[in-house]
Amino acid sequence: MIENRPLLAIASHLVLLLGVAMVALPVWITFVGASHEAERMLQVPIPMWPGDQFFVNLKQTFWGSGLSGTATAPVWMMMFNSLMMALMIAFGKIAISLLSAFAIVYFKFPFRMGFFWMIFITLMLPVEVRILPTFEVIAKLGMLNSYWGLTVPLIASATATFMFRQVFLTIPDEMLESARIDGAGPMRFFWDIVIPLSRTNIAALFVILFIYGWNQYLWPLLVTTDSDMSTIVVSIKQMLEAAEQSPQWNIIMMTALLAMIPPIFVVIAMQKLFVQGLTETDK
Amino acid sequence: MAGIKLDTLTKSYGDTEVLHHIDAAINDGEFVVIVGPSGCGKSTLLRMVAGLESVTSGDVYIGDKRVNDLEPADRDIAMVFQNYALYPHMSVRQNMAYGLKIRKLPKDEIDRRVREAADILEIGQYLDRKPRQLSGGQRQRVAMGRAIVRDPQVFLFDEPLSNLDAKLRVQMRLEIRKLQKRLGVTSIFVTHDQVEAMTLGDRLMVLNAGYVEQFGTPIELYERPASVFVAGFIGSPAMNFIPCNASGTSLTMPNGIGLDTRQTATGKVLLGVRPEHLTPDATGHFKMTIEMLEHLGGVTLLHGILDGTDIQIVASLEGITQHQIGEVLTLSAPTEKLHLFDEATEKRIGD
Amino acid sequence: MLKRVHFPASYLPYLLVAPQVIITVIFFIWPASQAVYQSFLIEDAFGLSTEFVWFENFEYLWGDSHYRSAFGRTLFFSAAVAFLSMSFALILAGFADRIVRGATAYRTLLIWPYAVAPVLAGALFLFMFNPTIGIFPYVLDMIGYDWNHYLNGSQAMFLVILAAAWKQVAYNFLFYLAAMQSIPKSITEAAAIDGAGPIRRFATIIFPLISPTTFFLLVINATYAFFETFGIIHAVTQGGPANSTTTLVYKVFNDGFVGLDLGGSAAQSVILMILVIGMTVIQFRFIEKRVQY
Repeated sequence: MIENRPLLAIASHLVLLLGVAMVALPVWITFVGASHEAERMLQVPIPMWPGDQFFVNLKQTFWGSGLSGTATAPVWMMMFNSLMMALMIAFGKIAISLLSAFAIVYFKFPFRMGFFWMIFITLMLPVEVRILPTFEVIAKLGMLNSYWGLTVPLIASATATFMFRQVFLTIPDEMLESARIDGAGPMRFFWDIVIPLSRTNIAALFVILFIYGWNQYLWPLLVTTDSDMSTIVVSIKQMLEAAEQSPQWNIIMMTALLAMIPPIFVVIAMQKLFVQGLTETDK
Repeated sequence: MAGIKLDTLTKSYGDTEVLHHIDAAINDGEFVVIVGPSGCGKSTLLRMVAGLESVTSGDVYIGDKRVNDLEPADRDIAMVFQNYALYPHMSVRQNMAYGLKIRKLPKDEIDRRVREAADILEIGQYLDRKPRQLSGGQRQRVAMGRAIVRDPQVFLFDEPLSNLDAKLRVQMRLEIRKLQKRLGVTSIFVTHDQVEAMTLGDRLMVLNAGYVEQFGTPIELYERPASVFVAGFIGSPAMNFIPCNASGTSLTMPNGIGLDTRQTATGKVLLGVRPEHLTPDATGHFKMTIEMLEHLGGVTLLHGILDGTDIQIVASLEGITQHQIGEVLTLSAPTEKLHLFDEATEKRIGD
Repeated sequence: MLKRVHFPASYLPYLLVAPQVIITVIFFIWPASQAVYQSFLIEDAFGLSTEFVWFENFEYLWGDSHYRSAFGRTLFFSAAVAFLSMSFALILAGFADRIVRGATAYRTLLIWPYAVAPVLAGALFLFMFNPTIGIFPYVLDMIGYDWNHYLNGSQAMFLVILAAAWKQVAYNFLFYLAAMQSIPKSITEAAAIDGAGPIRRFATIIFPLISPTTFFLLVINATYAFFETFGIIHAVTQGGPANSTTTLVYKVFNDGFVGLDLGGSAAQSVILMILVIGMTVIQFRFIEKRVQY
């Protein structure tokens, strides 16, 4: 602290606490909404303090069919689908990006730069700008309503490839020379040296990609028409539509809470890796 | 055990040739130091022997086997790198065992060899530490240990001491020398430090701009340098050079003073005299005005200018002398200690 | 780019890049080129025949007042989201930077909204602003303001901006705080000795020094508002009322999947692609310079 102004320090804390409160307010209201009976949530004004129905709602939402009167799958099943999608996307992106970055950094082969630019181009083609034709490809390949259809089109990653390329370039050349004298072939070198030396980068990227995968919306919305394949994030929208006829805000808010908790938990529990991942990939 | 033979070895990057027709035969068990200024191609030469650089033309033999096209791992060599290149995520033990594990040696054999090497290098108590928990000298030993456990035909050292502080460097230098004599493994050691080269090598290969200037024992290089480059590079302080006109066995210095030599030459030559061979002698031929004195204790260095010229001269006199700045001193050197070089080719003249 | 030493060429590197390249070709390059190709086609109303029409789809879009207003709306939306969330994050980061102990605790308390999916953020705000039961319309009603974003386009726009900005505060805060903490203490101390008070120091020393971060965040936030807010709009307003919250990405989706206008949707995709390429170029040129601080 440069100057000693206790009042200013207190004011700083007050401003920050106010900021935190503003940021947290929507989630607090969600939590409160998830802890009351459905009827209570229809009376104006809605409560601002938690009720006693939290675990009742949790049980009904998690094991039951979610919203009554609609054809959605049980929430635990949708959470499982979300988990599968998040894990497949995170692992898939990391795996294929590690391999291609390794090839590009440690091998000299014809068309190397061509492949590099081909991967680079994916940066400029987010799913939002090629929705329809990509959907047609998936449909033709018969991958609708499958985990593969949900994940494979999303796992090509220029960002991850660039990040690993950057990481590999910082590994001293002598590591490779030493390993070659020790008799390690390319794949052995990859497993024994490159992967262990990139461990924290892999973990940091995993945190970011897990969140990215879990929160996918537009793509799963198109690819999954079968309610058994629906993810929890997508289901929220269907519940909101149903709410227009028969509002059960307590269940909707509980579902929203369940959909938020896994990625928020990951961010807070692995904050250091999360921050590293965010700053390293720079999107 | 095996010797190494380099046969018209050449290396080019694109159109630039960086090593020119290197020929050398290194005997079994010999310790050869490749020495030269930075950028002379000494590391490239070592890496070609290791198989880390491709050979443009010529051949490398280890033992009787031509190894040009062999992978580094198949050449039966071990290498110690400048930055040690220890695998940071493995313990000392794993670092040393890694090459043996890849060669699928039995586990007890690996353990035995690691134990043995650790005993030789006195790093037994660090076996379970990671490299980052070790000091520079200890890392150096681990790097050596990693080479020893392999029991190779050839050790290659790429400036392994340059990251150590001065005191440790002297100590490790002696240890490497002792270790090499004890194990009797053919070794090539690359350095830019001429003192390191003189103390370590059975023979020295002096490399300059991709050419071998001279390949011989330290004494040969000191007593009979083959070129101006070698003469200036070996020995400290460096040799004095005085351009002279030669006619038969007599020389005339730029200040008109003449002197006689054993060698016969005509035309423009360079006369070389080592500072330590100059002694005060009233009848001498070298008259200098002292500009600066350096008292090193054992010797005193006199820096000055050769009278009647602007040529810098250094003389190294034994003990602490009582000369003054500005004093004019006459010096002489024994005839057999005078070196003569052709001014155009910079090659040694005579004997 | 490449290691000085590398493994000898063989079939292996091709195997290693194969998964990435195959996925890229099938799911990125092929569909993108299809979009470009389709943007030159017009399909008749029954989908029976198609006609190659060169730039007619683009000309149509150019003349389409709906599309032009969607374009302007998207720019406004992006600017508003970027401004709102960046200035909020900047203020909080400025105060957090002043705190000796506990800055990381505040970081923990502020970064988690990053993990909330856009569609969920939309759902949360939809609930808070629900005209019949929402807490904010209730409060606003008490001061005599009538809130109904289902009917009022400006209110709907305000709501999606708020939800989108809320989610992005975390990201901006993180980068602003890191940038401020990387300014050497001696610089602000020198300014303090020169007599600059805290606010003046912030305005004349800290803010100019973190301007590279501001520019970087501007690009990132614009990209986010363009492409990643689909979920928010889809959940909160579905582009309504009367298209008042239809952004470019939402329109591509709507025209393509709901309106089934193949050529028009493809032409819109192509325009979006050009926008992404532009933003990527800006971002990459900038990241090179950013290494300096």
